Amino acid sequence: MTKVSFQTNLLHNQHKFDKATGGVSVPIQHASTFHQSKFDEFGEFDYSRSGNPTRQALEEAIAELEGGTRGFAFSSGMAAISTAFLLLSKGDHVLVTEDVYGGTYRMVTEVLNRFGIEHTFVDMTDLNQVASNIKPNTKVIYMETPSNPLLKVTDIEAVVELAKKNNCLTFLDNTFLTPALQRPLELGVDVVLHSATKFLSGHSDVLAGLAVVKDEELGKQLYKLQNSFGAVLGVQDAWLVLRGLKTLYVRLEQSSKAALAIATYLQNHPKVEQVYYPGLSCHLGHEIQLKQATGAGAVLSFRLKDENAVRSFVNQVKIPVFAVSLGAVESILSYPAKMSHAAMPREERERRGITDGLLRLSVGLESTEDLIQDFEEAFKNVSSTSVTVS
Amino acid sequence: MVKKTYHKRVKTVTKQNIDTTLAQIGNRSEKTTGAVNAPVYFSTAYRHEGIGQSTGYDYSRTGNPTRRIVEDAIAKLESGDRGFAFSSGMAAIHTLMSLFQSGDEFIVSSDLYGGTYRLFEKDWTKFGLSFRYTDFKDEVETESLISDKTKAIFLETPTNPLMQETDIVQVAKIAQKHDLLLIVDNTFYTPVLQRPLELGADIVIHSATKYLGGHNDVLAGLVVAKTAELSEKIAHYHNSSGSVLSPFDSWLLVRGMKTLSLRMKKHEENAKQICEFLQTSEDVTDVLYPGMGGMLSFRLRHPEWVNPFLQNLSIITFAESLGGVESFITYPWTQTHMDIPEDVRMKNGVCNRLLRFSVGIEDARDIIADLSQAFTNMKEGR
Repeated sequence: MTKVSFQTNLLHNQHKFDKATGGVSVPIQHASTFHQSKFDEFGEFDYSRSGNPTRQALEEAIAELEGGTRGFAFSSGMAAISTAFLLLSKGDHVLVTEDVYGGTYRMVTEVLNRFGIEHTFVDMTDLNQVASNIKPNTKVIYMETPSNPLLKVTDIEAVVELAKKNNCLTFLDNTFLTPALQRPLELGVDVVLHSATKFLSGHSDVLAGLAVVKDEELGKQLYKLQNSFGAVLGVQDAWLVLRGLKTLYVRLEQSSKAALAIATYLQNHPKVEQVYYPGLSCHLGHEIQLKQATGAGAVLSFRLKDENAVRSFVNQVKIPVFAVSLGAVESILSYPAKMSHAAMPREERERRGITDGLLRLSVGLESTEDLIQDFEEAFKNVSSTSVTVS
Repeated sequence: MVKKTYHKRVKTVTKQNIDTTLAQIGNRSEKTTGAVNAPVYFSTAYRHEGIGQSTGYDYSRTGNPTRRIVEDAIAKLESGDRGFAFSSGMAAIHTLMSLFQSGDEFIVSSDLYGGTYRLFEKDWTKFGLSFRYTDFKDEVETESLISDKTKAIFLETPTNPLMQETDIVQVAKIAQKHDLLLIVDNTFYTPVLQRPLELGADIVIHSATKYLGGHNDVLAGLVVAKTAELSEKIAHYHNSSGSVLSPFDSWLLVRGMKTLSLRMKKHEENAKQICEFLQTSEDVTDVLYPGMGGMLSFRLRHPEWVNPFLQNLSIITFAESLGGVESFITYPWTQTHMDIPEDVRMKNGVCNRLLRFSVGIEDARDIIADLSQAFTNMKEGR
């Protein structure tokens, strides 16, 4: 097939129909094991942990969408991230973006450290800081861009260049933008990671993680770890992600448009102290965002005065669900201090700007007017002066 | 006057028999509709009424109502504190690595599933963990392997594929004496036949893909911890490393577990009959069967018979895996144990004439007839 646009590729790819029956939806293969016709030479599939046709369809789909050679599906985003970290060995060092997702923070600080893997957190948007923290045993530079929840933008190509010079791998969590908006492998990144629970599936109904690599040798290594660790995605869930992928482009296009409108609205609201959205021209990373991605995505954060203002706002808002997670058809409002970043000590959290007044909004598919109207009503009850208790 | 003691009687219901616990999994869990079969909760996120107001469920990786049913069930069946469901048996084992740290040592069954061996030797050693192997038959030998760095004993009983039983009580005493965690892989027997925590183990693990699921249609792993302290640590890493079982697979597993006891009885009844048949066959040199359960292994007289034998089977399936309703024969030499070095395999008795048989729930006469015709045809070179 000739090269088609991303949007078309989501629907018309090597899995557009099932080869055995012509079915236009990939069949779900529940079999945990596969009959072998020869005793010393096995077919493509032998045991479902090692390979399953439904899971493989998803793995091939994400590899193609990200421009990689091989994809891997895991039972959650954290399972994908933990498995990728197993590429490291005792004595290695990893450089991690400081406002990384709380779950990844916990993995690095509480699990990897016990097995002799050192880490340093850096502001990945500050290239001098990145360069000066690379050590002789640094093996991986771990990026998240835009970051969670402060939407800081890392210059991917610049970090990749530093990494290559120092002979280390780069990992990038592409959950917020998806390959619809940003394709890190094309910018030189080695391993792309996803919580596919978010925009890729998009319906708050499946927990999944994905990893994609371009280098075939790295692909072989990651495959061994996926099979050995066994944190693979269930087949029903693989099918649900494939189903979600079909509408990825239209969902993200609509949600990104709405996110820009809402960010602009919030920026002009007197009760909002600050808005974080790389689609706004005043955002520090706006230019880099435009250079390396085709959009700014559908997640934004904003800061109210304090926890009381947040409490009052959350109690009044009617449309977005107040919950953890993001990237769904429903708008989701989260409170990072007590949700996604609760695993981070308060001091660390505040130093990174994740204060008690910060809210994160994942914009869904509701009407933009309805969402803004809902916020407008909710703000009426938010006191503009903070209550100080003496 | 006789006092009404209804509420007291309810509370003092005697401990359930395992068949009842199995049949009742998930029943009475759903209060809204009264559904006898627990619903599948696909939702990844759970709404909070306000800041800090959680229903107990926030994010599906941390806790999911459907997964919770299978986790509570296995904890009850294994007499443990808390259960944890994983995306595969290997994911269950791997997550336990997080209980340890660089420098720790393990004492492990020498006859071990190849996937576990690979995980230990190829992956965990990279992080500074090391392993010593024994068959646990000699207490003195076992104790001689313990150093001040030893932190845990990991054993399979019966072992895979040689069906050697290990005395859990005896090993538990050694573990206790040296303050080691005792981890037992209970995949082959399931809590229907063996409850390691009651015998002194600290952690039980399962590839629930096998007998617990029982239908060759779901990949799953389970862990049960004996104490609340261990449970808390495992819960932390279960959530951190995120290799959790999906809600649909949790539901499939529950569905399978309801018939576990019935299936296990039939597997065992069939296995015993097949053992008798194999023991009288001149084409078979050894039959390895521990006397319980549905797993057995046997050695053909000549290695060159293995291929034609497998080719001639018409009911029994030649595939990796075990514990399903269908009969499976596996060739450990090239399948499950291929990752173990050849000399180690040979030394342990996993030779190129060994076949592992997961006896299904078909009519035993049909299975025996299938074996019998395959023996005849393999010798005639068909």
